[in-house]
Amino acid sequence: MTISIDPQKTNNESLQPKGWLRYFSFSLDHKVIGIQYLVCGFLFYLIGGTLASAIRIELVSPMSDFMPRDVYNQVLTLHGTIMIFLWIVPVVNGAFGNYLIPFYVGARDMAFPRLNAVAFWLIPPSGLMLVASYFVEGAAQAGWTAYPPLSITTPQSGQIIWILSVLLLGGSSIFGGINFIATIIKLRRPGLKLMQLPMYCWAMLGTSLLVVLSTPVLAGTLILLSFDIIANTGFFNPVLGGNVVVYQHLFWFYSHPAVYIMVLPAFGLVSEILPVHARKPLFGYTTMVFSIMGIVVLGLVVWAHHMFTSGTPPWMRLFFTIATAFIAVPTGIKFFNWVATLWGGKISINSAMLFSCGFIINFVFGGITGVALAQVPFDIHVHDTYFVVAHFHYIVYGGTVFIIFSSIYHWFPKVTGKMLNEKLGILHFIITFIGFNLCFAPQHWLGLNGMPRRVAEYDPQFQFVNQISSLGALLMAISTIPFLINVFLSVRNGKNAGDNPWNALTPEWLTSSPPPVENWEGEAPLVEEPYGYGKEISEQK
Amino acid sequence: MTTLDSSKEIQKNNSEVNETHEDFRMFGLITFLIADGMTFAGFFAAYLTYKAVNPLPDGAIYELELPIPTLNTILLLVSSATFHKAGKALLKDKNSDSQKWLFFTAFLGIIFLICQLFEYFHLPFGLTDNLFASTFYALTGFHGLHVTLGTLMILIIAWQSRINGGRLTSQNMFPLEAVELYWHFVDGIWVVLFIILYLL
Repeated sequence: MTISIDPQKTNNESLQPKGWLRYFSFSLDHKVIGIQYLVCGFLFYLIGGTLASAIRIELVSPMSDFMPRDVYNQVLTLHGTIMIFLWIVPVVNGAFGNYLIPFYVGARDMAFPRLNAVAFWLIPPSGLMLVASYFVEGAAQAGWTAYPPLSITTPQSGQIIWILSVLLLGGSSIFGGINFIATIIKLRRPGLKLMQLPMYCWAMLGTSLLVVLSTPVLAGTLILLSFDIIANTGFFNPVLGGNVVVYQHLFWFYSHPAVYIMVLPAFGLVSEILPVHARKPLFGYTTMVFSIMGIVVLGLVVWAHHMFTSGTPPWMRLFFTIATAFIAVPTGIKFFNWVATLWGGKISINSAMLFSCGFIINFVFGGITGVALAQVPFDIHVHDTYFVVAHFHYIVYGGTVFIIFSSIYHWFPKVTGKMLNEKLGILHFIITFIGFNLCFAPQHWLGLNGMPRRVAEYDPQFQFVNQISSLGALLMAISTIPFLINVFLSVRNGKNAGDNPWNALTPEWLTSSPPPVENWEGEAPLVEEPYGYGKEISEQK
Repeated sequence: MTTLDSSKEIQKNNSEVNETHEDFRMFGLITFLIADGMTFAGFFAAYLTYKAVNPLPDGAIYELELPIPTLNTILLLVSSATFHKAGKALLKDKNSDSQKWLFFTAFLGIIFLICQLFEYFHLPFGLTDNLFASTFYALTGFHGLHVTLGTLMILIIAWQSRINGGRLTSQNMFPLEAVELYWHFVDGIWVVLFIILYLL
């Protein structure tokens, strides 16, 4: 069916609220929705960060003296769930995806603007519901994985609210994914070929495929889990003849791809930022595209490496070890491409660049521990210890959150037309980088020496290293302050950025800053070489 | 760097740009149905794993009989054909014929649901009796929910295809085509479910 329809007027300007009020409306403008995602996600990041601080305060001493043990379990569950489902996934997909993808494909909005607004407005209520579950009968206590039988035997109301909240967030994620796939494949400006798209489009296409293929499986699994809790069925309850390992398989069929849902968009974003600030074309565009698609395919068949201690048969261990090791290949290609992009470039040392370089360093470290964890003998030794916590945070905080900050420094002038203060930005980077590594690097040692994760009390011999780690967490908490000051000061009276302060070539910079409602005053520009920086220099000569 | 300047030129000449783009609502629906299919795939995978590794405990009853589900399979397959007829009729501007076929399709859907409920009430096991009973009710129930939604949507578009004032015409086929695709999807899922649950 290929009938042509007139463009839907996405915004009747006289009816839409103006100024900051539009961020509280059911706006259909992809740029407003992007900012809604970002600010909403950041508020939940502050909540999740507060919970993380509470965890680190508790772990300063070996006894559970700061909070009772069940409260500790609730705090770590909410910390994990909020950070994953309400901060990283919505921000790195929803916020930057909504803001940038229509520019990159040369469109005036996303393919389905109303679906887009619905997808965003599912997030605040489910997030508030999740936070409020603490005040009901205690929040969920079973960790962000909600493994049965733990999730069946702990107090029910908190767990059910957790399930409902994650189902809504999963729905939001699926709607977003459908929208991104349709926008990237179908809404491209005439004349723009797939292989000319900026790398973030490819990353979002791969991510959205993962979202569409794997999130529904989690939804189905959680529905079955809620039956177990409410209706007393026995899908995952061994007492009633159920099988807990089936839950783990279904859960990780989503939640391993979820790691790529969190980190692939960051790969895309860093591929946008590095060429601009190094004034060089992105190295190895084609290999980047193929490695993203390789990660998507492999990412769907490695889930059982989370389950090496769950009685998995030897053939399964062998298969998933090999498949996981293979993922290091496309990831390594991307890593070397970024380094090669920087190599010999005219690098400007600014906050965006520093956070991107921090990402590369942290990510390669997290990647190496990841390959180590894929090996069964090593994994069995450190399973469910702080080594896993350290590895995970190196990928998700050291990787993705660093890129979120890098992207904020990079695109802030686009969104507001004002520059962020560079001195405060560099201060923010230094405190974050030191705090992050101080917090999580010692946890590798803790894990190797056998400190289990998710417990409020630990062996006193680990106290000193835990205190170093908590000091790092304190620095990470402090690092938010210069960032917030920077944003508030710069929005009010930052120096004017002009339309294109970085002299970037990607399409979003070829319109005014902040952009007009439908992105372009006239027809969308055709950008055939989004990374043609070398040519730009030779033309100037 | 020439793109910025050229776009400004176009803007001057083209103050009222009349842009068109392809209709990709069907593309979005197909993507959604793939996602929906993955939910079923998860359920099927769970059921097959249970069947492979979890033996039925002694004394537990889990027996299914074929007549009603076979009738249901035929009902859904016929309803797919009648829905197709409705689309053909609408394409030829025969709205009243189209409406008749749609009502007949919805009628078949309702008969399917009644048969399903009849089967539920006559099975020798309940939801919480054993693992396979739970999985059976979860799978068929989730599918039944899809049939219920589909039947409601068919009734809505049947109402919309009325001759006076209906918005469904041969020029605006999308609602019918969307519901038709969804209905075929639900039928296809039923065939897989029938094979896995009743025949295997």
